[in-house]
Amino acid sequence: MTAKLLEHKCCDKCRHEWSKPCPELVECIVSGPNCHESQPCTTSRTSQISILKREVVTKPVFFVGMGTCGLGAGAAKTLEALKRCLTDRGTDVDIVEVGCVGLCSAEPIMDIQLPGKNRLSFQSVTEEQVPMLLDRVLGGTVPAELLLGQYRSKSASAWPDVAYIDEHPFFAPQTRWVLANCGIIDPNSIEEYIAGGGYNALSKTIRTKTPAQVCDEVELSGLRGRGGGGFVTGTKWKFALKTAAEQKYLICNADEGDPGAFMDRAVIEGDPHRLLEGMGIAAYGIGATKAYVYIRAEYPLAIRRLKEAISQAKAYGLLGHNILDSGFNLDIIIKQGAGAFVCGEETALIASIEGRRGMPRPRPPFPAISGLFGKPTVINNVETLANLPILIGNGAKWFSAVGTASSKGTKVFALSGKVTRTGLVEVAMGTRMRQIIFDIGGGVPNSKEFKAVQIGGPSGGCIPTPHLDIEIDYESLKNVGAMMGSGGLVVMDEGTCMVDLAKFFMDFIQRESCGKCIPCREGTRRLLEILKRITSGRKTETGVDALERFKGVMYLTRLAEVIRDTSLCGLGQTAPNPVLSTLRWFRDEYEAHVYERQCPAGVCTELLHYHIDAEKCKGCTLCSKKCPVSAIMGKPKSPHYIIPDKCVSCGACFDVCPFKAVERD
Amino acid sequence: MNLNIEVNGKTIQAKSGETVLTALRRAAIQVPTLCYMEDLLPTGACRMCVVEVEGQRNLIPSCAYPVADGMKIKTHSPRVIRARKTVVELLLANHPDDCLYCVRNRNCELQKLAESLGVRERRYTGEKSEHKIDSSSPSIVRDPAKCILCGRCVRVCEEVQGVSAIDFTKRGSKTVVGPAFNEGLNVSSCINCGQCVMVCPTGALREQSYLKEVINALKDPNKYVVVQHAPAVSVTLAEEFGLKPGTDVCGTMTAALRSLGFKRVFDTSFTADLTIMEEASELVHRIKNGGKLPMFTSCSPGWVKFVEEFYPDMLEHVSSCKSPQQMMGAIIKSYFAQKEGIEPGKIFSVSIMPCTAKKFECQRPEMLDNGIPDVDAVLTTRELARILRMRGIELGALAPEGADTPFGERSTAGKLFGATGGVMEAALRTAHFMITGQEMDSMKIQALRGLGGTKISHVKVGPLELGVAVVSGLLNARKLLDDIRAGRKDIHFIEVMTCPGGCIAGGGQPLGTNLDAVRSRMQALYKIDREEPVRTSHTNKWIERLYKEFLGEPLGHKSHELLHTHYAKREAVI
Repeated sequence: MTAKLLEHKCCDKCRHEWSKPCPELVECIVSGPNCHESQPCTTSRTSQISILKREVVTKPVFFVGMGTCGLGAGAAKTLEALKRCLTDRGTDVDIVEVGCVGLCSAEPIMDIQLPGKNRLSFQSVTEEQVPMLLDRVLGGTVPAELLLGQYRSKSASAWPDVAYIDEHPFFAPQTRWVLANCGIIDPNSIEEYIAGGGYNALSKTIRTKTPAQVCDEVELSGLRGRGGGGFVTGTKWKFALKTAAEQKYLICNADEGDPGAFMDRAVIEGDPHRLLEGMGIAAYGIGATKAYVYIRAEYPLAIRRLKEAISQAKAYGLLGHNILDSGFNLDIIIKQGAGAFVCGEETALIASIEGRRGMPRPRPPFPAISGLFGKPTVINNVETLANLPILIGNGAKWFSAVGTASSKGTKVFALSGKVTRTGLVEVAMGTRMRQIIFDIGGGVPNSKEFKAVQIGGPSGGCIPTPHLDIEIDYESLKNVGAMMGSGGLVVMDEGTCMVDLAKFFMDFIQRESCGKCIPCREGTRRLLEILKRITSGRKTETGVDALERFKGVMYLTRLAEVIRDTSLCGLGQTAPNPVLSTLRWFRDEYEAHVYERQCPAGVCTELLHYHIDAEKCKGCTLCSKKCPVSAIMGKPKSPHYIIPDKCVSCGACFDVCPFKAVERD
Repeated sequence: MNLNIEVNGKTIQAKSGETVLTALRRAAIQVPTLCYMEDLLPTGACRMCVVEVEGQRNLIPSCAYPVADGMKIKTHSPRVIRARKTVVELLLANHPDDCLYCVRNRNCELQKLAESLGVRERRYTGEKSEHKIDSSSPSIVRDPAKCILCGRCVRVCEEVQGVSAIDFTKRGSKTVVGPAFNEGLNVSSCINCGQCVMVCPTGALREQSYLKEVINALKDPNKYVVVQHAPAVSVTLAEEFGLKPGTDVCGTMTAALRSLGFKRVFDTSFTADLTIMEEASELVHRIKNGGKLPMFTSCSPGWVKFVEEFYPDMLEHVSSCKSPQQMMGAIIKSYFAQKEGIEPGKIFSVSIMPCTAKKFECQRPEMLDNGIPDVDAVLTTRELARILRMRGIELGALAPEGADTPFGERSTAGKLFGATGGVMEAALRTAHFMITGQEMDSMKIQALRGLGGTKISHVKVGPLELGVAVVSGLLNARKLLDDIRAGRKDIHFIEVMTCPGGCIAGGGQPLGTNLDAVRSRMQALYKIDREEPVRTSHTNKWIERLYKEFLGEPLGHKSHELLHTHYAKREAVI
């Protein structure tokens, strides 16, 4: 239904040429025409924009969340079912595949907008639900059990007695700048992005600002790198801008490798043009004419969306040679990463683009001075770049009004783990951690106790209950031994063993160490071994093993500190964080493992011991049937018992016993 | 620009743009390193050189960090020492505890660091990475279990030799240095130069040793064991015995070889003269008959394999002459055997070389005569020192002796083969005579001397102006080859030596060789050339006799059969 805006000439007076877009193309499309005065033309353009923004729809529109999270929850089947039902009914509708709106635990999400009515959003629309949903909504009623809420609009009428989605506890506390379009607009349509104000900031930037002014504005806004380091973006740009070179590069780091982080993926899948516009602004600001998006190959959908977006932007003259007749050129090249975690580190990433093994190198020289192919290079993360359109569009002052003293704007977090609502959350800097987990996330499910939240992926740290009221920003997180990182938030409840958690992250880190510098390569491996010894059982342990275990514990902190102090790159320097952080807040759990040989959370199976309470056991034989190693003996209808030497502490009997006769200690 | 930095409370001078390590070394402040390599860009991998800099959150690697005015550095604070010691302890935790059995025992950088940092307990223990030894190569043995992944071998192979036969593979604690697809070195693009062995701090890389074969041959009564020694060995061996670099021990070494039991001791410099006769004739022939130019020398077997692999289209440019080692081997088992009435199959021909690639060369199928190799076993300078020590032979206690006849004396031109530029100088002396019938006015061509990696000159030879180039270190050769491929025409004759500086810095030379030692060895060769009377190959009367009695004339039928060969395109895994 979207008219090709590019080919649109409102009348013969329109000077617009497909092959040579006007310098004011974007403004002209949205609020034009600018080259001639004509009320009918203005009206025609306005109406077109309102159609693109779906303020006015002439037939029912179905929006299906087809991001990776949606697809994982079965959105493809939902879409199939939808198409089938509509064909059966012969109803003429539009179907739009959108990205993820952020509430991943509610996927598959389907929105329905009927002519003249507000857009409704429904959750958990599995394929079985589709016929019912269709019947009810097209029939004019709203199934409350699936409802998330209705969107607000200027022109359409509201559904009575239906809550607004912006009042939903998940959305209400959020400040959605970067995610504004995600899950709302069609990511494959540049027209929709432009209609919503997109590319206006880029157009304004290259027409009215010098690169130095762009850098000033970004620096003034206080925007800091969202990828982990938190370096002031504008300052980094200035280094590159001031370094004279024939060629400069911009690199977008989309090698999102932290376990539990997926905000970059969602932005690219749901709103790729925001990233491209941000890259345009950044490249102009530093004087780069070539830009790379280094994206992990495990994101095939994001790559597809990005490719499509690049080709559309080129067709609109918003990328490529002589952008909007300004003399500014920019080519964007997609470079797929081969799955190495370390390639998220900027010097390793550069090496990888250059076709070499992805290993970090010492800095200085910093990439902004000598980076890709030895040229000044700025590397920014997806979220950082995606902040630029709104930052430039509204100005530094507007941007910096949100946030804390040291950290401005918003931050997107990927909320996962033991929390009721999982997904992507964008909040103003300074929001309290408690609000994210308990208000937005809905707290810990199954009436379990909250224990801690891991922030910043493996390099980050955990934050326990007493610090839940910190106002999140770069500094406050550092103060509690964590870091912003890329923004992964993994919530843990009482059933999580913190030693086991540290072990999980150490295992990840030691596998993903690039192997270059000795402290990281050899040290993380030994840290992991120390943790493994702490959590391994004593059944087969000899005296020497016990000695090794104590020795390991003795040197655990020393080793962790040397790794932090001595490693080459940021990944190595933060590698011991999982150990240091859990040791700082949960030392008692370590002590229980080491001295009492117990795992308080009941996770480290080798430390668990099971026995059957003869009084409670009814002899149902369920446990002995489930036991994988035949360690449970007993006649039917008489009490059973576990042979300790055979038992492997798997806990199968504990889980299966209907009488709670199996006890753990 | 000079600036001041404060190190351990004292102010020292530093130069703007240099690294902290450079400034520290100039001030004689010792900071240990493992991955650092002079003249190559720092990689900052080993973290041994870390120092504490005021205002920096973490320790910084002095090898990679530029100095700044007013910088305050602590090089040996408790924090720094703890870091260094931990790094060594971590390396040891993954290192085989077999120092006593290791080829690098008492000559190992890791061992020295462990000692100097006072490592006295196994603080960190755990699983050790298991690796197989790769002894597939005739020249080099890789033992990845002993590898500490400092990357020096990788860098020398790539950045000095332009070969990249080995690189890091895998990740984390599974990281290993090896050839592509973890195949054997023998099927890789490795050119066997042994520069990796020279830079390896531990026993992870060593030469493939043929000492056992030589010792067995020496005690076999049915074998007639003879030995030849390369020009660069006699000016280097002294260092293995604590003598000053550049001491020429040719005479005492000859005596030592005889006392080891070798029946005859020949000087490879003699066949270097022979090579010059053939190669100069070939050059003159190519010039006069419009043959392929420029012509490349072919004495360096690493270089030959390099061309076969990477520039097969340029093979016709390579001289067809065998190397001096192989020429010696060939005439020992023909002329010498005939003259002495010994069955060639009974001769066990050993050569002492500054080189690991020679071990590969002698096994090449082109170097066999009816299945009998021209040379049976190649020992490096290091291996020779080892067997001398094993037999308790003191170089200093022996009286110098001369080489054996029938080959007799060499010219100094042949001796110059040991250093970069030497083959070219020797060849030009003879080519000049062949073209003009006159000796050169000055034998020494200064432009071709010294340790420069690429030396280019234009030399007047009678009516001709010959463009000549001398390169060593194959990355330099690569650049020149690319120029020639792209159409460079002003060069007619090119000497290539695989190792930077030539055979005096070869991969079989004493470990721990530094640039000063190499320079002294070079000066020793120049001194010999300066002081001895016979300075050209064509005036060597023993060479004349060899042609008269046996070979006929240069490029003649017999020469072609024994002294020349041809090379073909070679496929490597990568």
